[in-house]
Amino acid sequence: MALRTPLYETHVKAGARLVEFAGWDLPVQYEGILAEHEAVRTRVGLFDVSHMGEVVFRGAGALEALSRLFTNDLTRIADGQAQYGCLCRDGGGIVDDVVVYRRGAEDLLVCVNAGNRRKDYEWLARRASGAVEVRDESDEWAQLALQGPLAAQLLQRLTNVNLSALRSYRFAQGEVAGARCLVARTGYTGEDGFELFCPPAEAPRLWAELMDAGQHEKLAPCGLGARDSLRLEMAYRLYGNDIDDETTPLEAGLGWVVKLDRDDFLGRDALVRQREQGIARKLVGFALTEPGIARHGYPVLQDGAKVGAVTSGTKSPSLGTSIGLAYLPPALAAEGSTFHVDIRGRPVAARAVKTPFYTRPR
Amino acid sequence: MNLPDDLRYTREHEWARRKGALVVVGVTAFAQEQLGDVVYLELPDVGDVVKKGESFGVVESTKAVSELFAPISGKVVEVNDPLSDAPETVNDDPYEEGWMIAIEPSDPRELEALMDAKAYQAFVDEGEE
Repeated sequence: MALRTPLYETHVKAGARLVEFAGWDLPVQYEGILAEHEAVRTRVGLFDVSHMGEVVFRGAGALEALSRLFTNDLTRIADGQAQYGCLCRDGGGIVDDVVVYRRGAEDLLVCVNAGNRRKDYEWLARRASGAVEVRDESDEWAQLALQGPLAAQLLQRLTNVNLSALRSYRFAQGEVAGARCLVARTGYTGEDGFELFCPPAEAPRLWAELMDAGQHEKLAPCGLGARDSLRLEMAYRLYGNDIDDETTPLEAGLGWVVKLDRDDFLGRDALVRQREQGIARKLVGFALTEPGIARHGYPVLQDGAKVGAVTSGTKSPSLGTSIGLAYLPPALAAEGSTFHVDIRGRPVAARAVKTPFYTRPR
Repeated sequence: MNLPDDLRYTREHEWARRKGALVVVGVTAFAQEQLGDVVYLELPDVGDVVKKGESFGVVESTKAVSELFAPISGKVVEVNDPLSDAPETVNDDPYEEGWMIAIEPSDPRELEALMDAKAYQAFVDEGEE
């Protein structure tokens, strides 16, 4: 049987349609993916992301131990800041892409992908060295994501955290509707918004209080469908689709979170080598220029021969065009390059485009 | 569920309606509900021949790709072209504006062999349990 978040009953009662994702029963949609997508882009939406895992590094050597396993640079952020990066294998393959919340040099919370929770914990615990304790605290946290341009306005009515002082990728401990929370200005939608880490027992009440207070903003409960279309419009990578143990951050276009000038971290040597020798494939954003929708696994063709594969694709609800990501030879990565996507035997014209696909109106 | 009782239904959740000498085909309200927001359709061309039980097209929602299966055999004589610009019509009005193709049946008796509203209702209820 699939795992259930503390909000399972809430979703069922509200009539959400549930699917299994990464071993969890989660809503794929409430009202509908397009409506939820639009709500997040124009107003505010609420997601249950309790399936995400939390691995905590504690102790005098916590920062150092995690730094040796993480591609970005945790010494460049202050306490109260979060940072995105990868955990890499020795050969450079991505174990997971994670967000680290630096509560202190001796207390760091690693938010990991649901499907990787066990793998990551074992990976981290086995390799962490020095004065550090590594704990899988996934069962001790529920997570709600409140995302959209009206998120701050809504949340401020319910929390003692001063949100105007909380910039992007910052977080604070505080109360939301009386529940003790870690309030982080992070998300996976490309909109302003927050992720609220709270004790599981508090999650149903917190969800209800947010929904209630959010009537004013027409807050929409959202499912995984909108989460996926929102993240893809931003070209945010999805582990298991766009990146995995076989792909490296350099191939995946995540070089910006790999700090090769740093002292040693796991995977660094392989990545330095790959940077010197050049990559053989690159994750490229594309748009179809003929009707159709590209999906994960569809071949990419150049002059009739397969040169790559689609990793994610959808019809962008905000843009109305068909967009996707694909691993392609670097020669085809430049904006404007043309190729075809093999959609069930039919070659459909596509063009490499700039990412993110969607940019917020200013 | 409110099923039009002038239609015939398939186990793949298509409906078929007699219209003069032709048979008009679409997907049921249950199908569009399961699919979620329909965003793209691949329909045959006028003149194509379709065979009962075989794929005549594809419907894509924000979530998934699903094949459309011909309820009867025959020749496609009309295609609902406005759907290519407004695929959401399949969600909004599956039994009327959301029709997909009209077939000139090769064997009119095939239509009568399909489930009626009552049988389809029972079929759907069974699947829900």
